[in-house]
Amino acid sequence: MSSVRIIRGAEWARPVRPVRREVLSTTPELEEGRAPLLFVPGFGHGAWAFAEHWLGHAVSRGFPAHAVSLRGHGGSEAAPKASLRAYVHDVVQVAAGLPRQAVLVGHGAGALVVAHALARYPARAAVLVSPVFGGWGTLGTALRRNPAGTLPAAFGGRLRLSRAQLFSRELADTEARRYVSTLGRASRRAQWQLLTRPELEPPVGDPPVLVLGSPDDRIVPAAALSRVARRYGSAPLLFPGMGHDLMLDARWREPIDALLDWLEKEPAAR
Amino acid sequence: MTTSTDRPDPEATTLALSRDGRPVSDRGDTVCVIGAGASGLAAMKNLKEHGFGVDCYERETGVGGAWNWRHDRSPVYASTHLISSRPFTQFPDFPMPDSWPDYPHHSQLLAYFERYADHFDLRSHIWFGTEVIRVEPVEGDGWDVTTRSTGGYGPERTSRYAAVVVANGHNWSPKLPDYPGLEEFRGEIMHASSYKDPAQLRGKRVLVVGAGNTGCDIAVEAAQQASHCWHSTRRGYWYAPKYVLGRPADQVNDTLLALRVPLRLRQWLYHSTLRLTVGDLTRFGLPAPDHRVYETHPIANSQLVYHVGHGAITPVPDVARFNPYGVELTDGRQIEPELVVFATGYLPRFDFLDPKVLGDDSGTGRPNLWLNAFAPGHPTLAVVGLLQPDSGLFTLTHWQAVLFARLLQTRRTHPQRAAAFAATAQARAGERYSGPVKESTRHWFEVGHVDYLRAVQRALDSLEGK
Repeated sequence: MSSVRIIRGAEWARPVRPVRREVLSTTPELEEGRAPLLFVPGFGHGAWAFAEHWLGHAVSRGFPAHAVSLRGHGGSEAAPKASLRAYVHDVVQVAAGLPRQAVLVGHGAGALVVAHALARYPARAAVLVSPVFGGWGTLGTALRRNPAGTLPAAFGGRLRLSRAQLFSRELADTEARRYVSTLGRASRRAQWQLLTRPELEPPVGDPPVLVLGSPDDRIVPAAALSRVARRYGSAPLLFPGMGHDLMLDARWREPIDALLDWLEKEPAAR
Repeated sequence: MTTSTDRPDPEATTLALSRDGRPVSDRGDTVCVIGAGASGLAAMKNLKEHGFGVDCYERETGVGGAWNWRHDRSPVYASTHLISSRPFTQFPDFPMPDSWPDYPHHSQLLAYFERYADHFDLRSHIWFGTEVIRVEPVEGDGWDVTTRSTGGYGPERTSRYAAVVVANGHNWSPKLPDYPGLEEFRGEIMHASSYKDPAQLRGKRVLVVGAGNTGCDIAVEAAQQASHCWHSTRRGYWYAPKYVLGRPADQVNDTLLALRVPLRLRQWLYHSTLRLTVGDLTRFGLPAPDHRVYETHPIANSQLVYHVGHGAITPVPDVARFNPYGVELTDGRQIEPELVVFATGYLPRFDFLDPKVLGDDSGTGRPNLWLNAFAPGHPTLAVVGLLQPDSGLFTLTHWQAVLFARLLQTRRTHPQRAAAFAATAQARAGERYSGPVKESTRHWFEVGHVDYLRAVQRALDSLEGK
């Protein structure tokens, strides 16, 4: 692992421009002293994707839960030129604004944003759900599964994710269509950065990291899941039969329960 | 490893009695942090993060140290704002809200430290209202720390710790100048530490002595409130505006630093930028600077020159002597202020430590440390925050704390690397991390932030065996 980087002159000299961010929060009625969760949606998704099921479920199990929309997504301010760094900034800003040390949960490319944020904020723990860590392989897989929707994105256009990529067949048609129509887009610059994969710095504070995914995910192949998990010294926890969007798919309850169980058991995360 | 966060119990395991016969409670591997200001909080958070138990002693009843205006030793006044912009001032892993201004107010800073303490659950480790009166090294690199209630009430208590972080701050013990005739002066005299509010200046004839950032701030407030303001400085200074080229000045400067532009070229650029924006200071009656920029602690004040231009501030040279009803200046002029404010700074003090422990063998009040933090011969002691950077302080103290926590970890995992570290501390004590700096009572802990952080980076890498 590369060592800590102290001097960030270029970043100090040019701070990220502040924007208005959408944060959806639910807190349990009875404060039980549990770590707050911060959900970070992937490219195209907003905080709404977690508000659908996971936020409510986490709260019902006593965890304060928050979801942020990265700039340019959901209800956050538009940011057509945002870079990956700006997305990371959004996550760290919201995490540092929570009353206590947070658990970061990133989905899709949001998992990559979380992985970068871990180098800037000592999270209590991190969970990477169907992580898209980028690289040309990601583009290849997406081109194979959904050439019409992916090709424009390779040239800076909008990435159009299809229903079959995101969900299993179990999800009702009307819901799947509603979700797909709500999708937005990440900035062109961030899409490019996802392909060229800026180097990941080691996390600060050595948080425990859990990787969740599905072997039947059509965006993240099982091999990519294992690669990400290995980076953090573990193996992925798998939910066969589900699509990429574990938090919206028909069986959304299983992964979130597994995630919360892990948090309750993991001593460092308590 | 003990990560117990329980408070020491006076009846707990007792070691041999201390020298004056009281029991010493053993705190095992716990680290003692002295002070819960910005530096102490950063030390606690990073030690906890590296798996150490911490006990912190704070003489006041709240966190934030100097930045908590409720504290009787706090130097802040109503209008105190940061002089370095946010990205240079915040803890690198806990950014200030980006909705805050470039130069936040001191009350925002206090809120920031309080949130930091709550976010990382630090308050449960702090003994408020408890002051440290003695810190003594014992066999095996341990430390006996003797505490009592602030103000000297209640019994003394001694606990043994594996390591000590001294974070008692250096902006609370006022340095008062000694001018002939000062005792006979019939007007009012105060040190800037007791200046809190511009109402104290209203309608008076005020002399402000000192051109540090505080002195300039008070002169500017006197320009708006007092009936007249004289501003006495020993030499000419570079008054840097807070904004140049539409951006916070330090961010512009760091763009150059990031590009590794050499000092001389940066000085030239700075001088020409100032000439174009602020202009020739001698036209305003201010003395010409006798040094190049970056050779004294930087003064960031956009308003001083402006008020001199309005005639609300009269720049004057140093004070020669005080008379009962007036002040004689070194150029022979006589002025008659009613109120004299000495913005002459503060001196660091470590009353609880034998000066020899910090390498100050001759008792000059100047510790002799490596990285301004590590005392030769005492590998389990660190002073955190004893820095006068040309930028924000808290980023630097954070990395000092991380380095010390890593050092304590390395002592367990790679004793030979820790020994090499201790040898370096011995060999390079007193090292400086800035370009040439004009002599003053504080210049010895002036550091250039990039030079200093590069040195810390090298020390961290050496601990990791790189």
